[in-house]
Amino acid sequence: MEKVIAGKTIHVNEEGFMTDFKEWDNTIGEALAAENEISLSPRHWEVLGYLQTEFKNEVPLSIRKIGKSGVVDIKEFYQLFPKAPLKTATKIAGIPKPASCI
Amino acid sequence: MKHLVILGAGTAGTMMANHLSHHLKRPEWRISIIDERTEHHYQPGYLFLPFDIYEPEDIVKSIQEFIPKTVDLIQASIDRIVPAENKVMMTDGSVVVYDVMIVATGAKIAPEETEGMMGSEWHQSVFDFYTFEGALNLRNKLRDWKGGKLVVHITEMPIKCPVAPLEFAFLADSFFKNKHMRDKVEITYVTPLSGAFTKPKATATLEHLLEEKHINIESDFAIEQVDNENKKIIDYGGREIPFDILVTVPTNKGDAVMERSGMGDDLNYVPTNKATLQSKAYQNVFVLGDASNIPASKAGSVAHFEAEILTENILRFVKGEPLKEEFDGHANCFIETGGGKALLIDFNYTHEPVEGTFPFPGLGPLRLLKESRMNHMGKLAFRWVYWHMLLKGTHIPFVSATMSESGKHYEKTETV
Repeated sequence: MEKVIAGKTIHVNEEGFMTDFKEWDNTIGEALAAENEISLSPRHWEVLGYLQTEFKNEVPLSIRKIGKSGVVDIKEFYQLFPKAPLKTATKIAGIPKPASCI
Repeated sequence: MKHLVILGAGTAGTMMANHLSHHLKRPEWRISIIDERTEHHYQPGYLFLPFDIYEPEDIVKSIQEFIPKTVDLIQASIDRIVPAENKVMMTDGSVVVYDVMIVATGAKIAPEETEGMMGSEWHQSVFDFYTFEGALNLRNKLRDWKGGKLVVHITEMPIKCPVAPLEFAFLADSFFKNKHMRDKVEITYVTPLSGAFTKPKATATLEHLLEEKHINIESDFAIEQVDNENKKIIDYGGREIPFDILVTVPTNKGDAVMERSGMGDDLNYVPTNKATLQSKAYQNVFVLGDASNIPASKAGSVAHFEAEILTENILRFVKGEPLKEEFDGHANCFIETGGGKALLIDFNYTHEPVEGTFPFPGLGPLRLLKESRMNHMGKLAFRWVYWHMLLKGTHIPFVSATMSESGKHYEKTETV
């Protein structure tokens, strides 16, 4: 389905995850963050950039992997993106929700 | 004489030994299977042990009983594998050289991965039911427990049999009802996932069942530590859940041999081609069952379907023919829902579990994604099937290795 955000039209699934990463840009990221009651600091951007790189390299994401990435530890990841950090952070980053292995 | 070596005589390895013994024969081929253990455990039975539904003798037999006479069973432990030299180094100093190797070393729990999990309350009020000892200690605890907060918990995915903790919660509800003390027990299901299961349709059905049985659900919970003193689990966000009994599924990992051999990923699972089951790093190494990193359920049914396809691929490989890219991630799982009923789900890499009939389209007799007594009978009958057909590699009638789409109610072509 389509959604208008930050003056642009993007495609999202039922849960609000963007379905085409090419449509994402920084202003959309900021607007998506605001919807999740987060205002993005430089630390947030570092983590989002890391997630997007992993996505482009087709590396499956998990809390464990992020904790061992050296970019952010799990504790801080939770502070940056409270409650369900992986879900929230991937949503803001414009990449698919990680398919938690069966 | 060429040598095919299977590592691990659990469900997957034993099935491969039986399948291949019919095809790779002396004098051209010798087959060996290596496992340091002497007992074969029917792992799905661990679920029933805590509730006194099964007795220990129902689920333990000897490994030897299921290995064909023509296959050499080596009961010794492995130090490490040197795949570049086609060698398995044993801890006693001996060396096993192979032409083709099948890795079937499974997955096991790693409670040491979580701070405090193996603290003073381990097997006192903190239990696992993925080991024989854990399930048995839990049974003894539940036999005279007076009630309180029962927390059923998954540490992180992937785990063996991802539906087992849900089944545990459902069976606990039933168990305490039968003991006329359900009102004294508060059951909470805690998961790192955003819902009850990994697939949307099954999640909806299962969450409805949890609600019906008054089981609370706490989702998106990534555990940081078990607080033994105050008996609570705490997640990285600071969320706390108190317990009187914690039944946890700890982190699951592949065998440490894979780590020592440099063959595993960060959880010791072996990178494997998900369609051919060939190792991504070594052409003459194949992986099946829980040991691989393929995105399929870690379940006996998956190993069974893989074994049929892998047998064909091994035979193709030794003849120098191209491998078949046939494995579709097919899984078939009964989910005990308590009260003598069960659900059945049938799915693969691309198709999530939906409602329908199984194995005969339109007829059943088993119902997909719906509770029924027949499904429960199927689950109980499965123990017999396991010991008498599955391990021996006998094809289960009417159930194909790749998933059938007929008899299933898909809305459209779905991908998950």
